[in-house]
Amino acid sequence: MLAVEVNHVVKSFADKVAVDNLSFSVAQGEMFGLIGPNGAGKTTTIRMMMDILKPDSGDVTIFGEKLNEATKNKLGYLPEERGLYKKLKVIDSIVYLASLKDIDRHSAAERANELLNQTGMMASKDKKIEELSRGMGQIIQFIVTIIHDPQLLVLDEPFAGLDPVNTELLKGMLADLRNQGKAVILSTHQMNQVEELCDRILMINKGQGILYGDLGEIKSRYRGNSVLLDVEGELGGIPGVTGERVHKGYTELILDSKTVPQQVLSHLINRGMVINRFEVATPSLNEIFLKEVGRKS
Amino acid sequence: MNKTLLIFRHEFLHAIKRKGFIILTIIVPVLALIGIGVFQLVSNDEPPLVETVTIGYVDEAGGFDQYTTQGYIELVRFDMPSDATAALINGDVAEYFVIPSGYLSAGIINRYTLERQLETPPAITTGIKNFLTSNMLADKVPPETVYRIEAPLELVTTRLTETGEIATEQGGYGNVIIPAMFSLLLALSLQASTVYLVQGLGDEKESRLIEVLLSSVSPRQLLTGKVLGLGAAGLVQVVVWLASLPLLLNLASSTIGGFFGTIQLPANFLVLGIVYFLLGYSLFAALSAGVGAISPSVREGQQLSMIYAMLVYVPLWFASFLFIFPDSPIWTVLTILPITAPIAVMLRLGVTGLAAWELAASLTVLVLSIILVMFLAIRAFRVYLLMYGKRPAWGEIIRNLRSG
Repeated sequence: MLAVEVNHVVKSFADKVAVDNLSFSVAQGEMFGLIGPNGAGKTTTIRMMMDILKPDSGDVTIFGEKLNEATKNKLGYLPEERGLYKKLKVIDSIVYLASLKDIDRHSAAERANELLNQTGMMASKDKKIEELSRGMGQIIQFIVTIIHDPQLLVLDEPFAGLDPVNTELLKGMLADLRNQGKAVILSTHQMNQVEELCDRILMINKGQGILYGDLGEIKSRYRGNSVLLDVEGELGGIPGVTGERVHKGYTELILDSKTVPQQVLSHLINRGMVINRFEVATPSLNEIFLKEVGRKS
Repeated sequence: MNKTLLIFRHEFLHAIKRKGFIILTIIVPVLALIGIGVFQLVSNDEPPLVETVTIGYVDEAGGFDQYTTQGYIELVRFDMPSDATAALINGDVAEYFVIPSGYLSAGIINRYTLERQLETPPAITTGIKNFLTSNMLADKVPPETVYRIEAPLELVTTRLTETGEIATEQGGYGNVIIPAMFSLLLALSLQASTVYLVQGLGDEKESRLIEVLLSSVSPRQLLTGKVLGLGAAGLVQVVVWLASLPLLLNLASSTIGGFFGTIQLPANFLVLGIVYFLLGYSLFAALSAGVGAISPSVREGQQLSMIYAMLVYVPLWFASFLFIFPDSPIWTVLTILPITAPIAVMLRLGVTGLAAWELAASLTVLVLSIILVMFLAIRAFRVYLLMYGKRPAWGEIIRNLRSG
């Protein structure tokens, strides 16, 4: 069963169409990237998934049904704008918000202790939320998001404002959750994180889906016919190479349409050259993003 | 546990742990107890001696030479005004007055003092008046008649029921004092509950926590849990006050007696006190939910809520007017107007009581208003719960409420 299925949703605010006929699905056990520039409609899409906003048309199903009290309990949501009860203690905040996911207070407290330990936040257990730094508050909010062992996690800009140590901690925990079979939706404009973590993506711009599918497949679709090369000695002429661009530390060889990278590699090996780096040039997600968003605008 | 109950529990516990709530709840009975205690301490001491005041007089009319002791006023006769003035300057007398020769026809008495006063102290006026009366009637009527002329009546009123029996409530200030005090406390409690609700909603909107909450519960569950939780906290406060009243009154009338012995709680006062708190609170909660929904920040929410939170005090502003004109139609209006009804009814219960039709109309209008405002508040909550930053224009709010 699909974790999320969004079918032709449309949402307008006053005279602006925020989400325009958007469709996608997310399977269980996959990490899905929802990417797009600021104001693309990512958060509005998520809010419709969470039933916080009602779509003007189209529908959203979570685990095969409309979002209801039972399915809300299977859901963990980390909104873009973080917020917790400032005057409440960390442990009380976590336990209260977990209890709203139908977890009894005793189990919630036990699980909270485990997660506080795992994230190195145990010392802050009895502090008030307002006493925490922004990054620490974010970790607590992440704990709130996963404490009830949700089957679907929706994380809106989860790495924003986190230091590198906590970013790595979060990435590790997300990978574990995916490996446990949970569906994870990452909404972000940090392309490197998506590239590193996600299996599939949906790129949206001005409310419309512009790229959707397997990340590897999308990247290969945008792959140019060129290789990146770092060799010792003179390169000399190589059959099928129509040009070369010298970069710092490597050279990019442009191949003609009849030549594949393997032929170039064989040629170099046959010549007995010492090869430090040989890579089929693939554009980064960031480059694809810039290209697509630039093209559409 | 049901999610509405969970929110209710959280809001209730959060509210009753607030310092402001605890202080406001216990300060009323505690202050009353302190008052009674202080009275007991003071009353155990010997009563203070009243100092005798010596007042001079010059009798130019003649015949005013008896009854020179009037209570604590001692009257000393002088032959000439100049002698009296000298005694005044020397401090032998506190003041003096002259009974001119034409007193009987004109009735004028000239009083001389070193003090700057707004008016003559009533005790002095009474002392001089009784001195003059006693001397003028001396040997003409018996002393009892003189005394009765000076103090002709002590009015004792008894209120009868329509069947001619003595009514249980005898009226008077003893009946007014508790409803008036309770009205003020009720207004404070309603205002405090309003502030907590607007602040709570505003905080959750401002901190964006509302999105996390709504990913777990529905807007209806959230709003219902909050309103009931804060309402229950307010009710605890009102019940503590009401429950402490009979106890404190017993204590006060047995130790202080006098006026406190005359205080009666009007029949139905406790029941109507709770009913009007619940209804008043529901109305204010619905208004506050609506205001919390359309306000982009706690501050603006509180400013908007002050408008109706202040209106609750209107009957108290008019309270003295009620004592003078208890049958004015203004009272009927304030009784039926839903925002002013809780306090107006409490006040009137103590002063004049109110007609059954007025009570029925007041309750009906209040209940209908609650239903209407709650309906609009839930609509506003759904439309505006995610709106941060700028408050929408009133025209836009009305359009959105219409379209839902």
